[in-house]
Amino acid sequence: MERQPAGFDVVAGHTRRRFLGAAAGAVAATIGIAATLRAQGEEPLAGQGANGSLRDPTVVGRSRNPTSPRDNDEAIKTIEQRLHCTCGCNLDVFTCRTTDFSCTYSPELHREVLALYDDGKTAQQILDAFVAKYGERVLMAPQPGGFNLLGYLLPGVAITVGAVVLALVIGRRERRRSLALAAASAGAPGAGGAPLAGSATPEELERLRRALAEVDD
Amino acid sequence: MTLLGEFSLWAAVIVGLWCTVISLSGRWNGRPELAATVTRSTHAILFCLLAASLALWQGLISHDFNIEYVAAYTSRNLPPYFIVSAFWAGQKGSLLFWAVVLSLFGSLAQTLTPRRYSDLLPYVAGVTSAVVVFFVGVMLLSANPFERLAFTPPDGRGLNPQLQNVGMVIHPPMLYLGYISITVPFAFAVAALLSRKLDTGWIHAIRKWTLVSWLFLSIGITLGMWWAYVELGWGGYWAWDPVENASLLPWLTMTAFLHSVMIQEKRGMLKRWNLGLIVGTFLLSIFGTFITRSGVISSVHSFTQSNVGYFFLAFLVIAGTFGFTLLYTRWPLLEPAASLDSVVSREAAFLFNNLLFVGIAFSVLWGTLFPILSELVRGNKITVGPPFFNRVNVPLGLLLLGLTGIGPLIAWRKASPENLKRQFLWPGLAGLATLAGLLAAGMRDPYPLMALSLAGFVAGTITQEFQRGTRARMRMHQESVPVALGRLIGRNRRRYGGYLVHVGMLIYFVAFAGMAFKREQEATLKPGQSVEMRSPFGHTYRFTHIGISQYEALNRIVTAGTIEVTKDGKPDGLITSEKRQHVDSFKRPTFEPSTEVGIRSGLQEDLYVVLAGVVNGTEEAVYRFNLNPLVWWVWFGGMVLVAGGLVTMWPGGGPTIRARRPAQAGYEVALDAGTVDGRAGGQADRRAGGQAGRRADGTAASGV
Repeated sequence: MERQPAGFDVVAGHTRRRFLGAAAGAVAATIGIAATLRAQGEEPLAGQGANGSLRDPTVVGRSRNPTSPRDNDEAIKTIEQRLHCTCGCNLDVFTCRTTDFSCTYSPELHREVLALYDDGKTAQQILDAFVAKYGERVLMAPQPGGFNLLGYLLPGVAITVGAVVLALVIGRRERRRSLALAAASAGAPGAGGAPLAGSATPEELERLRRALAEVDD
Repeated sequence: MTLLGEFSLWAAVIVGLWCTVISLSGRWNGRPELAATVTRSTHAILFCLLAASLALWQGLISHDFNIEYVAAYTSRNLPPYFIVSAFWAGQKGSLLFWAVVLSLFGSLAQTLTPRRYSDLLPYVAGVTSAVVVFFVGVMLLSANPFERLAFTPPDGRGLNPQLQNVGMVIHPPMLYLGYISITVPFAFAVAALLSRKLDTGWIHAIRKWTLVSWLFLSIGITLGMWWAYVELGWGGYWAWDPVENASLLPWLTMTAFLHSVMIQEKRGMLKRWNLGLIVGTFLLSIFGTFITRSGVISSVHSFTQSNVGYFFLAFLVIAGTFGFTLLYTRWPLLEPAASLDSVVSREAAFLFNNLLFVGIAFSVLWGTLFPILSELVRGNKITVGPPFFNRVNVPLGLLLLGLTGIGPLIAWRKASPENLKRQFLWPGLAGLATLAGLLAAGMRDPYPLMALSLAGFVAGTITQEFQRGTRARMRMHQESVPVALGRLIGRNRRRYGGYLVHVGMLIYFVAFAGMAFKREQEATLKPGQSVEMRSPFGHTYRFTHIGISQYEALNRIVTAGTIEVTKDGKPDGLITSEKRQHVDSFKRPTFEPSTEVGIRSGLQEDLYVVLAGVVNGTEEAVYRFNLNPLVWWVWFGGMVLVAGGLVTMWPGGGPTIRARRPAQAGYEVALDAGTVDGRAGGQADRRAGGQAGRRADGTAASGV
């Protein structure tokens, strides 16, 4: 290690004093700022009272109406989750009105649902009324009937048919193989037929069987 | 620089066309110098496209707003990392990104592929070059990223606020890397078909590429879910949107391939099926691109509508016709070397697994296209949304989950009843115990109940596999538990990495099931007012509106609503949700105000707070509060899945040379029946290679 030059301690002590002085100043300033902020914190940050106006309301988007308990009604929500918003998005009415806050369609559709609900309509009647007004496209999923059944059933039917065909084909091959092996066994040495493995001794066959069992991984 | 960019694109097209014509026509056969030139031309294409990419980046970084693309997707005050990601934020830039990455992969395929597959490489170069030529051609004809405006605007429009998220910096490249890398296995498949070298060589040559592709797709899809969750604000991560579906399709068929290829490697079966899967996966990746870029199906993720969709449709038809015709002409050369022995065998389980993967892919594709079909047939527009997909796909997904647990428990060739009993006992009990526990806890929803019970069964299967393997190593090598477990995975990475992937999938399913119990509520709160919600885990949360603050930050004006949270009466910190009005450097608004969700993520549930807006410009705020159970586990499941994939593809892990040597003196026996050609030396070789945990009954598990 290099030796420190003479006078280093003096310089270091001078630096340390300056540093401590600066640190004390910084702490005092921090406490002062914190106290000021604390005093300010008793007032709303941007408002002018308990319910003051924002500094710039134009940057928050469309003004919202206060929600009512009915906006959270599970029955209404369930209906709206089956209805497609007509604004051009891919969302249902409930998700759109609680997500895409610039959408003016979903709040209107929500009001329509509420009005029909208030008229005593059931969920299905409300859905039917929407289909009558906006067409089948207003449903988040097509009604399971007629041509639409093809949409619902084809994948399941295709997979089921595929599985059945697969099982039948494998089963048939399995039976065929069993018959062939039985025939071969009937002709094995000792049974008066042709040898099963002309080039292998019984010990080798046993080793082979064990080796094949070991391949399972 | 734009001149350099355009020139580079044209140069890439010319070199690519030359490479494609020479290589696919087979003129290089018997002319090694020409074959070498063909393969080297992939590097030249890469060089050209790197130059074009640098030219575009230079335009983006230097704010050259005379370039239409730069003016459309950036502004002077856009943070630097989003300027970098603006490269792939729009249609034109993302096409260039696609082309340059594909040319990189094409070049790497030529460099990294072992020399023993050199006969295939010129064909591979031809196919990758053809795809690059297509993408660059689309750019030059219809979506040129270097197109200039007639005037130079003082500032650009800026990046869409929803894309100003770190998820969007990473997610699209990951997904693109997945889509793009599929071209390499496709190129090898075409090369094998063209050259008629249809042994397992091409399968071995693409093994790493398929895993890389699958891994990038997995990461891309998971990051996409994360982006949707934190950015779109609707409270979920998967909405069965057409573009989301399009990303899932190649992932499903690629996963099917990763399973079925093992049967080809082990038994020489499913050659046609595997080739079909690779061709199909490539077509689905192009289909995904077509969906995203054509505007034929509306999606929140779509690029601006343009006529590039027609190009992609034409390419899809040409590539599909070419691929399947080629497969058809080589059909007789693809006879299987063996046939299935039993329905109750590992091979059959893999086949049913493939049937389900492809069936789900078909189901997703069918649902995505059904609105178009309905309009064509009935003239009636319909919507096919999440209720449809959930109704059709959730049962299929549960079947798949069940097979994830069943497959590893069944022996290759044929399982005996004793073997099945022994293998299924503990996993079955684990599943039943989970079911009983959930019923006792009061759960009655059928789908979550089935998902969680099956998850218990699958967890039992995987645990049993690890436990038996570790125990066998401990017995054979006198190792401690951690050492035995570590070496078990390290020496047999494909199998146990595959199990880790299964663990990741299992976690996914559990997390998906959790979302069935989410709670959501809207509330209008004045400062100081509160709303209370009870979570499915029994916690009571109180959300108190503190107030609204407004401030400027970076390139936006922020309106932040702050919520104080208490959990079961104890303080639990603050959550802030924001409305952001993005502005350009002249403080002019650029887009509609966007919403930034406030999320507190936990092991049990996420607190998800959305500032919907304010009432009449006051601090009275409308919020939506969500309690989303188990969401954190989706991301964790993704990490486990990726870790498993990395273990699977990590180089090495096979038998050591020292372990292999004593086993070389094997023997070879050919049975007269002609059905078995056993190379016992080879088997003993593998055994000596550290594949401990093998059982005398011959059962074991699959990898991915």
